[in-house]
Amino acid sequence: MNRDFWKAFARNRGAVVGLAIMAAVVICALFADLIYPTSPWEMSTIPFQPPLSEDAVLGSDTLGRDIAAGIVHGARVSLLIGLTSTAVALLIGVTLGAVAGFHGGRIDDAIMRFTELFQTIPNFVLAVVLVAIFTPTIANIVIAIAIVSWPPLARLARGEFMALRSREFVQAAVTTGQGTGTIIFRQILPNSLSPIIVSASLMVATAILLESSLSFLGLGDPNVMSWGYMIGAARTVIRQAWWMSFFPGIAILLTVLALNLVGEGLNDAMNPKLARKGRA
Amino acid sequence: MSDILLDVRDLTVALPEGAERPNAVEGISLTIGKNEILCVVGESGSGKSMTAHAVMGLLPKPHVKVTGGQALYRGRDILTMTEAEQRSLRGGRIAMIFQEPMTALNPLMTVGDQIEESLKAHSDLDKAGRRARVVELLADVGLPDPEHLRRSYPFRLSGGQRQRVMIAMALALEPDILIADEPTTALDVTTQKQILDLIRTLQAEKEMGVMFITHDFGVVAEIATHVAVMQHGRCVEIGTAEQMLNAPKHPYTRDLIAAVPHYIEHRDDFLKQGEALLQADKVCKTFHLGGGFLRKGRQIVAGRDITLTIHPGETVGVVGESGSGKSTLGRCIVGLHKADGGRILYQGQDLVALDRKRFRPFRKDIQMIFQDPYASLNPRHKVADIIAQGPIAFGEPRAKALDRARELLRLVGLPEQAAERYPHEFSGGQRQRISIARALALEPKLIIADEPVSALDVSVQTQVLDLLDEIRHRLGLSMLFITHDLRVAAQVCDTIAVMQKGVIVEMNTAREVFQNPQHPYTRTLLDAIPGRGWEIPEDLRARRHGGTHDGRGAVA
Repeated sequence: MNRDFWKAFARNRGAVVGLAIMAAVVICALFADLIYPTSPWEMSTIPFQPPLSEDAVLGSDTLGRDIAAGIVHGARVSLLIGLTSTAVALLIGVTLGAVAGFHGGRIDDAIMRFTELFQTIPNFVLAVVLVAIFTPTIANIVIAIAIVSWPPLARLARGEFMALRSREFVQAAVTTGQGTGTIIFRQILPNSLSPIIVSASLMVATAILLESSLSFLGLGDPNVMSWGYMIGAARTVIRQAWWMSFFPGIAILLTVLALNLVGEGLNDAMNPKLARKGRA
Repeated sequence: MSDILLDVRDLTVALPEGAERPNAVEGISLTIGKNEILCVVGESGSGKSMTAHAVMGLLPKPHVKVTGGQALYRGRDILTMTEAEQRSLRGGRIAMIFQEPMTALNPLMTVGDQIEESLKAHSDLDKAGRRARVVELLADVGLPDPEHLRRSYPFRLSGGQRQRVMIAMALALEPDILIADEPTTALDVTTQKQILDLIRTLQAEKEMGVMFITHDFGVVAEIATHVAVMQHGRCVEIGTAEQMLNAPKHPYTRDLIAAVPHYIEHRDDFLKQGEALLQADKVCKTFHLGGGFLRKGRQIVAGRDITLTIHPGETVGVVGESGSGKSTLGRCIVGLHKADGGRILYQGQDLVALDRKRFRPFRKDIQMIFQDPYASLNPRHKVADIIAQGPIAFGEPRAKALDRARELLRLVGLPEQAAERYPHEFSGGQRQRISIARALALEPKLIIADEPVSALDVSVQTQVLDLLDEIRHRLGLSMLFITHDLRVAAQVCDTIAVMQKGVIVEMNTAREVFQNPQHPYTRTLLDAIPGRGWEIPEDLRARRHGGTHDGRGAVA
């Protein structure tokens, strides 16, 4: 089973490239303190150093901080926020969607109308409002991103649960006297995970973009270095010093692209119909 | 020369690498002459559809290719023709009808427009001429009010009506050859009979050659003039219908014919003893479809005043067409649906009045076997777990439940190693055995079998039916056997209840129902059994009566 999965995943070249980029980003995040032991906020050299200069490979910013150090440390925040906010969104979305899809009827109606309420408000605006009301700390940013991104997951989980609930193996579980909890967690959930995992992997990418956008607007956590903040801070001098916003921008682009590629690869590997293509 | 329309010589179709066998079809030779109906018979996966698709140029390119042989239409090889030539042949001279009438029509086009399409492409009739022809065709295939029906969308038609539209479409250009790929498999018996009659009448009228693909020898007996039997991509026997049906030579043909379900006359009548195990008393169930906050939905009556009893050790068959409410009845008894009215007494306790919690103890006693062997097993659980989950839910220690699961696997004729595997590694028949093992795990007294064999090939059907019959005798089980096929019911049931539109119209011993049907609907159903006029050769009949079937466990 597992070997089949990797085989199917590896058949998608892009997905493997994406996985490699992601591995690099994760290594940066984990070993940031070893690669650049000094704080990324420290002024390490003269301001406005272009890339490939002596003590700053990717140049320095308006205050002489090392851009490369900023990117390596920023990977941490980006990944942290991307992953935790997706996890929180999964928790909210899948729970609500599962309950709605499993029970149907009034409960389904109530939960879905609640979900639609969130879907009518533009994501980013809501996130900005939430962060502006609460203080911009990492925890609050995570919560804000999670709150704006769970509705699609809820809809997806609901659809899966509705379809699976009427499948015969679920009915067989009912007739053999298994409890509701067992049925939801042992019978239905494992079978509905594939599309949820795929869309969650894409959601990490969206979360990273959202965080960058918030930081760009100055609504990021002021205590941590992040890619969005770096671009935001450099925007006033973009004509004199392109590298200040260019490299963090590339970092965001590559990470989001990698996540999308991985998501697509997961989709190929987990969707048995697609995976079988070419063989049947 | 002039009489042979289609001459397939040594046709070989290769499957892509990694498939279970290198060739889907290997060295098939067959001919279809004018006024002939050639039935191609075989189990699923025997390559019968592939043969037809190869002739029609419908193989899934580029994975499946013809690698050898010829298919001559009036002496010209179809396989080497250009795409354009093939196309004109396909639309005009060779037509095809498919198995699934539900998906073969475009839901966004009216029926008339769809038939008109091929007229537009292949004939030079003007608009009025085409319209007249469409109406004529619809009338030909026996559809009511063709002028009105022409403007209907497919969703308004029943399965049988759609199949008629498909036939009308195929006949639009008066083809010489009609290829029918299991055109009646998805239909009810009564509709099946009508469609078979229609195909036969039209064939005789237009002197067409027909290639009819089926897995059911009953249908063969009904319609064929010639028969070809296929197994694993090879044609094992070919001959006239008379010769094949009454004196089959190849062992595989004999196996297939022996497997055709039929009424076993010497079965003893069931003796009702003691209190009824289950008694349904005026059970009603109505479904409310659609509708919502402000709209009113449709109502479908699936059961009205259903009364029936099952005694210990008795097998009661519920027979009816799709939509007659027979499954709903079964589901009400196992508690998957809640009846709206009436009582279902199990050993004197009314199940309808119980809520979920108080119903639970009864789940052990009443178990269900489902129709679709591919949907009824959780694909992510191992077979042993699937079987053991019920007992574990009722508090049995895991290790003990798993041991018991292995025992049950042996009981249903599967090797013990099956326990550690996943459902997708098994064939349909084997999966159905696993389903049976799961139902037996809770040591039930009553089993509701909802069409347990209708998704299986005929030969596998027999094995599963034999298994069910043997197990219920050995364990003294009662069974409610739901099926649309009277022949199948005849094999396992002591008592048969015939259901129509939510009402039981007749209930009697199997013998009485078959030999002395009272209700007109029962008679209609009996008449519709395909191959009723055909007597299975005596020596093959005897094989079934002995109760031993040498194919058991080998093929499943």
